[in-house]
Amino acid sequence: MTKTINLTLKVWRQQSAEIKGGFETYHAANISTDMSFLEMLDVVNEQLSLDGREPIAFDHDCREGICGQCGSVVNGRPHGPEKGTTLCQLHMRHFNDGDTIAIEPFRAKAFKVLKDLIVDRSALDKVIQAGGYVSVNTGGTPDANAIPIPKEIADKAMDAAACIGCGACVAACPNASAMLFVGAKVSQLALLPQGRPEAARRVTFMVRTMDKLGFGNCSNERECEAECPKEISITNIARMNREFFKAGLFSSVK
Amino acid sequence: MHLDAKIPGGPLADKWDRHKFELKLINPANKRKFEVIVVGTGLAGGAAAASLAELGYNVKSFCIQDTPRRAHSIAAQGGINASKNYQNDGDSDWRLFYDTIKGGDFRAREGNVYRLAQVSGNIIDQCVAQGVPFAREYGGLLANRSFGGAQVSRTFYARGQTGQQLLLGAYSALSRQIASGKVQMFNRREMVDIVLVNGQARGIIVRNLINGEIESHGADAVVLCTGGYGNVFFLSTNAMACNVTAGYRAYLKGALFANPCFTQIHPTCIPVHGTYQSKLTLMSESLRNDGRVWVPKTAGDKRSPDQIPDSDRDYFLERKYPSFGNLVPRDVASRNAKEQCDLGKGAGETGLAVYLDFRDAIHRDGKDVIAQKYGNLFQMYEKITADNPYEKPMMIYPAVHYTMGGLWVDYNLMSTIPGLFVLGEANFSDHGANRLGASALMQGLADGYFVIPYTIGGYFAGAQLPKIVTSQPEFTTAARQAGERTQRLLSINGKRTVDDFHRELGGILWEYCGMARNDAGLARARTLIQSLRSEFWKNVKVPGTEKDLNQSLERAGRVADFLEFGELMVIDALARRESCGGHFNEGFQTEENEALRDDDNFCHVAAWECAGEGKDPQLHKEPLVFENVKLTQRSYK
Repeated sequence: MTKTINLTLKVWRQQSAEIKGGFETYHAANISTDMSFLEMLDVVNEQLSLDGREPIAFDHDCREGICGQCGSVVNGRPHGPEKGTTLCQLHMRHFNDGDTIAIEPFRAKAFKVLKDLIVDRSALDKVIQAGGYVSVNTGGTPDANAIPIPKEIADKAMDAAACIGCGACVAACPNASAMLFVGAKVSQLALLPQGRPEAARRVTFMVRTMDKLGFGNCSNERECEAECPKEISITNIARMNREFFKAGLFSSVK
Repeated sequence: MHLDAKIPGGPLADKWDRHKFELKLINPANKRKFEVIVVGTGLAGGAAAASLAELGYNVKSFCIQDTPRRAHSIAAQGGINASKNYQNDGDSDWRLFYDTIKGGDFRAREGNVYRLAQVSGNIIDQCVAQGVPFAREYGGLLANRSFGGAQVSRTFYARGQTGQQLLLGAYSALSRQIASGKVQMFNRREMVDIVLVNGQARGIIVRNLINGEIESHGADAVVLCTGGYGNVFFLSTNAMACNVTAGYRAYLKGALFANPCFTQIHPTCIPVHGTYQSKLTLMSESLRNDGRVWVPKTAGDKRSPDQIPDSDRDYFLERKYPSFGNLVPRDVASRNAKEQCDLGKGAGETGLAVYLDFRDAIHRDGKDVIAQKYGNLFQMYEKITADNPYEKPMMIYPAVHYTMGGLWVDYNLMSTIPGLFVLGEANFSDHGANRLGASALMQGLADGYFVIPYTIGGYFAGAQLPKIVTSQPEFTTAARQAGERTQRLLSINGKRTVDDFHRELGGILWEYCGMARNDAGLARARTLIQSLRSEFWKNVKVPGTEKDLNQSLERAGRVADFLEFGELMVIDALARRESCGGHFNEGFQTEENEALRDDDNFCHVAAWECAGEGKDPQLHKEPLVFENVKLTQRSYK
């Protein structure tokens, strides 16, 4: 049943990348438990605007858990306490009247804070640009059914491809590693016959770029898997590691 | 103004091949001398930018999000149609063409729609080659399902995330071109104006959303792939940043806007639950393959759904449309749901919902089978509503989902401004008055991968394109005006927030220009919008500053354009004295309450030309000529 709750928010405010930020306290009154977390922030922002104060800047777009644009650390957890849920799909019924909620941006060396809760995740794009694709131009491709792919393999590729590129895995990792993100893309394409011709090149260049951009290494903390809103499995990291060693040992990729 | 759609002559099936042959080519060494701006990185924009770069053009790609992987194409759940006939169930290019034309209530061009069907198969080939993990059968071949409004299984899908997987495919192709240096990518930029030089589209003005700088970018052609305008209703299934600004700015500069009143209300969305609500969530209409739609037979029956026996339930779609049942097209399903709720039979606390019940499907196929097909959708529903659809029927209600109207384009996808091309949902072209399920993804990718790469070359080969620089007056004037507009919004310092105005505008349009319209309501809507707009410019409060990341300011600019565009929708709805597809005027209906077209007088595209501030727009008509299909009253009985 719908009810309303009152909350205290401790929100990270930071004017820009160059200016030091800090927590500020706000009261969120009469919050309906049917609201999403971002709708709760909307309500707080409406009041701030009317009071002549600057609303809290936060990234969001689809609000249905698929675009990957939203995400903040809520009470120490990327996307908040619910498993397999993006921040936009987290509902206030999971909080209690009188709760204090700490909200801060995803933190990682590779993710610069732009303002308040908004960070720059373009490093993830750079990793994809290093090889997260199959090199086919438009046109001239064979019939879609020319290469049968076992259902089990296609399903595994789909499991990996479900990544929404939100960066929660990086924020969750004590090393700010992007191994789950990279492992998911490497796995999707390594599993499929279409991705095999470039598999060695892809994994080598993507891993190299990831390291260069300041993402840390994997030390098997498994925080990424626990916090991933799409529940991407760390077996993808293991597959990436196998592909990486294979590429180093048996391919001509330098 | 004469609207020449430039449909090639000859038999329907040969038009596109013939046109491709007749288009002049640009030699590969010369392609690198041309620059193309592509605005938007959804399916149409991502596919276009990647494909044009592959051909050798220099592309500048712009997106409003923080990365080109997030455009709202990503949220499409159900699937993508292609006339592969892999299921041996009688599909063909012709059938896909016919279904699309009929589904659009005979308000789309034959030539465009046939081309769409012809390239639909290539899209699937392309996506599979990119590594898109479509659903497969145990034998390793691609799986298909049937989808709203179709009697063949032609829909390809990737679980409930088809749009995501197709978009990530286009994004990967785009990323490859960014890495090769052929595409220059500009993230977090919002197009605020288009720049014309000698009447040709030669550039855009954008606002850098991180630091607020106004930037000018020049090119030889501009391709708008900026999506639909469903957010004019405030509540819709669109992403929060979806807006009409790019299209509307082009309209102000002389591009015609076609059929703005053709909006699609999707039948299966999670009902509204409160005034704070920021958006609506679609539940894929694939659910209608197994879910049965019903309301209590008696108005005011507030028993819990499991207490209502079959004898007291009205499965109204199955009753009224025995041959299509729950699979009738979206406009028909939506209107019927509204009708039942208007009769007082609606479910839930608000009475604005109908049941979508899986009880019988679970009995028939078992919970596991249903979970495999719809597990992620059921989970999403439960997350939002805290109800479990395995045990309790879903409650659904229609919501604004897609806009068939858009900038007018010819067969080459070029608007009335030379050098301004419009692709995907942003144009008006292929869906007529109503879009069938699983055909938006098809159209976006068809335009981006397989149409624009050919037609843009034809334009370049025939156009005189003198050198330009962004320091010339056309650019500096447009940039200055954009800055002044921003200043004006910030200086009002009134008492109502941007969202408050937006919500009110949405309420007006939903009430009077939504699922069912009538003349009196539309006239009232027009007055209400005018007065709301004038209040907006006196009383809106936009906090923050210009040269900063300022999300309130971003929204203010979009809402200001919505407040003008909403009136254009109403004007178009008033002018179309018939009902068809998504445009249902209560004054024009059959005895069975179906949309009643007037083919003698309204078998045309209504394209509106901006006549300047304070003046009514001018209507131009492009007659629709049907040489291959017979216009019939749509019947799904």
